[in-house]
Amino acid sequence: MFEYIVKRTLQAIPLLFIISIISFALMTLSPGDPTAIYENPEANTKSTPQDKAKLEARLGVNQPIYVQYYKWMKLLVTEGNLGYSFEDGQPVTQKIVDRIPATLTLMGTAIILSILIAIPIGVYSAVKQYSKLDYFFTAYSFLGIAVPSFFIALLAILIFSVKLRWFPVSGMRSVYSHLDLWDRIYHLALPALTLAFGLIATKSRFMRSSMLEVIKQDYVRTARAKGLSERKVIFKHALRNALIPIITIIALQLPNLFGGALFIEQLFAWPGMGRLSINAIFIRDYQVIMGTTMIAAILVVIANLVADILYAIIDPRIKFGKN
Amino acid sequence: MSLANPKIESSNQIVQDEKQLKIQSRAAVVWKRYKKNKLAVAGLIIFSLIVLIAVFAPLLSPHKPDVYDILNSNIAPNKEFPFGTDAQGGDIMSRSFYGARISLGVAFLAMICTVTIGVIYGSAAGFFGGKIDNVMMRIIDAIQSIPTFFLLLIVASIMVPSILSTVLVLSVFGWTGMARIVRGEILSLKTRDYVEAARATGETNRSIIFYHILPNAIAPIIVIATLDVASIILSESALSFLGLGIQPPTPSWGNMLTAAQDLTSIIDYTWTIIAPGAFIIITVLCVNFIGDGLRDALDPRMKQ
Repeated sequence: MFEYIVKRTLQAIPLLFIISIISFALMTLSPGDPTAIYENPEANTKSTPQDKAKLEARLGVNQPIYVQYYKWMKLLVTEGNLGYSFEDGQPVTQKIVDRIPATLTLMGTAIILSILIAIPIGVYSAVKQYSKLDYFFTAYSFLGIAVPSFFIALLAILIFSVKLRWFPVSGMRSVYSHLDLWDRIYHLALPALTLAFGLIATKSRFMRSSMLEVIKQDYVRTARAKGLSERKVIFKHALRNALIPIITIIALQLPNLFGGALFIEQLFAWPGMGRLSINAIFIRDYQVIMGTTMIAAILVVIANLVADILYAIIDPRIKFGKN
Repeated sequence: MSLANPKIESSNQIVQDEKQLKIQSRAAVVWKRYKKNKLAVAGLIIFSLIVLIAVFAPLLSPHKPDVYDILNSNIAPNKEFPFGTDAQGGDIMSRSFYGARISLGVAFLAMICTVTIGVIYGSAAGFFGGKIDNVMMRIIDAIQSIPTFFLLLIVASIMVPSILSTVLVLSVFGWTGMARIVRGEILSLKTRDYVEAARATGETNRSIIFYHILPNAIAPIIVIATLDVASIILSESALSFLGLGIQPPTPSWGNMLTAAQDLTSIIDYTWTIIAPGAFIIITVLCVNFIGDGLRDALDPRMKQ
């Protein structure tokens, strides 16, 4: 088991390496003169070409690309330094650290909500296959996949915040309420539910087919043959096994979830990493964009790793050591 | 020509007839299976209607799509403007009809790009196997670990937005799913006897891949390509919504929703988001239904 964990962890390292190369390549492809932000447009003195060359030497942008990559990587690995924002010169790492709790709260809540809602839907749809409610849930899951996340956010704000006034329109908390838990939940509810809307669609679909698969297995038939009540058969014998693949789905949905969170954070004015990235895109602050992208990718890789290991722990049929 | 041997000609004719018969019967079998899926048929009909709207947009549109009339801004749906007008006074019905051209056209072009890259990449990885395959697949793993929309935004922000750049943005990292599927197919097909036979007759790798292996992997490729169209339409709408995709005055379903970023405008003028939003959702739904139908019809063994 330990061996398996070590092996999977080691496998993640080349992955992170390739991700860093892609990120860096995109960053260097980005247009614009990195020395331009050091120019004071209001100053009468224009910098001379010599000044510019000096600045380029100091920033390291005149060096060959692999040297630049090496330096960038070295800073990242040794100091966790992702560079400095073009906008205000602040360290990118600090900016992300400030924003990440908000994003993780939003995404974590959405994931938990989606699990709590999708599993009962999936189980019901499988047990009562082709019932009216099953068709209803199927329709919902098709819709959940087809509606753009920004559109569902717009509709949610329009209906629940503006028309019904059940939830606040935006923000993470009310002014002057620093540690009021209810106020936080009140602000979190609508963005989290909106983000969960699409997740529930795919998860419940997946849960349904996983459950249908399990119900056909011999051990479920055996449980029935023993004369166990239907409730026990479904919840004790079938559900437990049907739940295992869900772990993988949660990890697989993560990249999409980050994408969805971008829009939800933007539209709900949620002060997280997504909002930071979108603002950075608009002002072309590539250092910040690269930083958030790298962090999101690292989180995805870690989540996949954890999912794989959990899967191996829970399901003894997976052979350790072999892929 | 008239002196050509009639015997040969007629036998050629027979071969051709047989070929046609075979193709027809295969298509007929697929169609018969497809027809059983009512959602897929409904999806196909509605999608065809939307395509017709796109093709005949100039005939169907009551107004010019890119002419703004500020005196007619934000008018609720009425007889003259069946879907109302937007903040600049553009007719929403005409704009969504012309938007269908752009949104569908962009999605179709991007799909062709992702299919081409994905099929070539996946075939190479699957066919050569071993270390090459390993490295190629790790690259796909890495790309797929980076949240798709971050990649889209970065590429979009690097380029000057236009229709072509939007196609490029949507295709440059969009081929990984296709590549994965094709690689899997190739891996299982390349050990078949007929591939061995082709190899034994000294055919080149390229002709083995293109003439012997890929035609047998066509079913999953078609299905994935169809489902890709749906996800590309969604991505394009999201990009354009943020102002990083298709630029106004050229209408696309996504950029018609841009005004909605300002909440006050959708509170007072809700109709401005209804038509483009409905077009996006209905189109994506239909394409997904068609994809599911094709999957069942082309290859009953394939399951979600």
